[in-house]
Amino acid sequence: MAQPQVRKPVEGFLDNKKFLHPKFAANYGNWKYHDRPRPGVLHHVSNTGDEVWSVKAGTQRQMDHYTIRKLCDIVDKFGEGFMRFTMRSNVEIAVSSAAKVDPLIAELEKNGFPVGGTGNSVSMVAHTQGWLHCDIPGTDASGVVKSMMDNLIDEYRHERMPNRVKLSTSCCEINCGGQADIAVVVQYTKPPKINHDLVSAICERPTVVARCPVAAIRPTIINGKPSLEIDEKKCVCCGACYPPCPPMQINDREANKIAIWVGGKNSNARSKPTFHKLVAAGLPNNAPRWPEVNAVVGKILKTYQEDGRPWERMADWIDRIGWPSFFEKTDLPFTKYMIDDWRGGRVNLNASAHVRF
Amino acid sequence: MAKPMHPTPNLDQLETGPWPSFVTGIKRLAKDSDMAVDLLGQLEHSYETRMGHWKGGTLGVVGYGGGIIPRFSEIKNPDGSYKFPDAGEFHTLRIMPAAGMHYDTGTLRKLCDIWVKHGSGLIALHGQSGDIMFQGASSENVQKAFDEFNELGFDLGGAGPALRTSASCVGHARCEMSCYDEAKAHHQVINKFLDDLHRPALPYKFKFKFSGCPNDCTNSIQRSDFATIGTWRDNIRTDEGMAKKWFAKNGINTLVNTVTGMCPTRAMQIKATKDVAKGEHITSVALDGSQSLEIDNKNCVRCMHCINVMTGALQIGKDRGVTILMGGKSVLKIGATMGSVVIPFMPLNTDEDYEAYLDLAQRVMDFFAENALEHERTGEMIERIGLANFLEGIEVEIDPNMINRPRMNPYTNMVGWDEEVAKAEARKAAAA
Ligand code: SF4
Ligand code: SF4
Repeated sequence: MAQPQVRKPVEGFLDNKKFLHPKFAANYGNWKYHDRPRPGVLHHVSNTGDEVWSVKAGTQRQMDHYTIRKLCDIVDKFGEGFMRFTMRSNVEIAVSSAAKVDPLIAELEKNGFPVGGTGNSVSMVAHTQGWLHCDIPGTDASGVVKSMMDNLIDEYRHERMPNRVKLSTSCCEINCGGQADIAVVVQYTKPPKINHDLVSAICERPTVVARCPVAAIRPTIINGKPSLEIDEKKCVCCGACYPPCPPMQINDREANKIAIWVGGKNSNARSKPTFHKLVAAGLPNNAPRWPEVNAVVGKILKTYQEDGRPWERMADWIDRIGWPSFFEKTDLPFTKYMIDDWRGGRVNLNASAHVRF
Repeated sequence: MAKPMHPTPNLDQLETGPWPSFVTGIKRLAKDSDMAVDLLGQLEHSYETRMGHWKGGTLGVVGYGGGIIPRFSEIKNPDGSYKFPDAGEFHTLRIMPAAGMHYDTGTLRKLCDIWVKHGSGLIALHGQSGDIMFQGASSENVQKAFDEFNELGFDLGGAGPALRTSASCVGHARCEMSCYDEAKAHHQVINKFLDDLHRPALPYKFKFKFSGCPNDCTNSIQRSDFATIGTWRDNIRTDEGMAKKWFAKNGINTLVNTVTGMCPTRAMQIKATKDVAKGEHITSVALDGSQSLEIDNKNCVRCMHCINVMTGALQIGKDRGVTILMGGKSVLKIGATMGSVVIPFMPLNTDEDYEAYLDLAQRVMDFFAENALEHERTGEMIERIGLANFLEGIEVEIDPNMINRPRMNPYTNMVGWDEEVAKAEARKAAAA
């Protein structure tokens, strides 16, 4: 790109002070407690008695500028000019008087921004770029999320789960959407299909060989050209070789399945943090609305809602009732693939006589 | 007016239902953006084929080695031209939002204006690392868009084997659980390591995250190489008025079932007020005329549960600082690993505290740069060389808070035992 004049960038991370709501700035580091007057509203009180109400609403994350400008208009008219976003793409709009809360909620709802996501509700799904923008996606995260949140919007608007529920969606096994109470993640079921004509031109072969977690890839010569081959018996279909070597196509219209994982917990509250665990797989990548995935997610949530005790996160609930009950109550098949055989996986076996009947 | 729309029967089905629809949003853009028209065509093609159709490439802005995610369409006509030409180049700029993702409406509108001028008008708030994702610029416009964002005070985020954009929780700005100034630490770390952020030269990615308390709202233990989590060393504080109000409203069953019974270390007891223990590490608060809640702070692990349930009645302590865990990461390639404790406690209040904190961060980054293998994350490196060697490399003393339990196998050479005992004695003497 020929630049007529090269502008020297100003490198540096900008200070957030000027973006803080005045109440946030005035009571910075001096808050005392909070409560939730209703779902979707947090009421914080500082040590000086100052109060602020934050109204939380869901967005589609992938926003057109009209949507963002609409939010700005609402915030200028019904809020006080400031907002922030959460890690799960919810918007939080702060106001300094209780009287402003209801009109703000009404305006958000009127414009299609559902109010909720606080406390023991189902929050918006943390998710990835998918077919919209990723270069290795196995599905479309935004579409999966839209179909899920259409079903879960009532649970977003109410606080009637045992504890908060955080969801994530990831469009490949790398799991960029992250750990969650329920995570929806692509699962490959076929080793990569190699386009041998392209490997030598595009891929750095030693890098690709090193990337495989089970050493299933070997350099080879195919039709006189350097290429790579896979020991398909060893391959765990993780797709790790695909990003550094796109000719090793891991995605497949039919073989891309969806797996569901539960009980990931990042908070240290009560139990230590835990990773999510595999409870369902083999679900079809059924765009545009993924009904099979939604059925399983719905069933797990319903069971947790009915059976979990107050303040039990998904992981705490399963910890209490045990995995046999989890599979029984959710009616999900327990298969051999749920028995961990990865390095160190034996710690996940039951090395005790603790058995539930 | 833009060119005519492609038929999108699959995407149209994502316009039904009550949750805000990203498809409806992109269609709004498509009214006067050819790029959005073709983006919808390309995305519909993915829904039909159930495959992604973008490929990466190399593209940057002057002076930077990362921060732009190039995307070229792979859907071509037989003659090699793009089938969806106006979205043939559809690059993303990762821009760091201010810590805590706070905005005023004026700034957000300006960001929109720039992105309409140079890009598609489609913005993700926010990506998983915490960047604003400005999606959809042609190769030619990437630099122009960046220049204008930069004029506004914003800078590019990280990509590739580099320090990545970081995230901090809302913390001090609006949360009573916050034990340190997350935004300040976040700010200082990013500005100290800007070079590593903008010019990828590390073995692999490196992420910092900042959570104000062990509720860990930024998921730092699972998602970052260097997790800074607020905590306190002294006793949980109480507000008797609020405790009594809470108890009057919720009663003894809720107290037992959801507070004391859920404390992971059984550090809490309910006692007749006259029997409450006295002592330096005891917190107690009256619940009514006769009953009190007693906490043995020596055995509290700062899990946050009781403070979450009885907000205001129970409060974080005053002698605050941070616990630092290192080595968290997602699946590739050894499986997901969590960070583990490297610094059980470090104050983070004064300028000297911050200096010591940034020094530690520097030692860790240096050690990582020198010792990690290519494409190896900090957690994998620690697993390969062992925590003790890592600690020696970053000049941190061992501490039993770093382990769940001591080793359960004899496979190590303990010839240096006497020396290590002497060190342990010296640590004890120094602490006394
Ligand atoms: S898919 Fe995974 S296991 Fe299979 S060859 Fe590629 S990197 Fe190895
Ligand atoms: S914060 Fe401490 S006392 Fe409270 S529940 Fe957690 S470990 Fe127990």
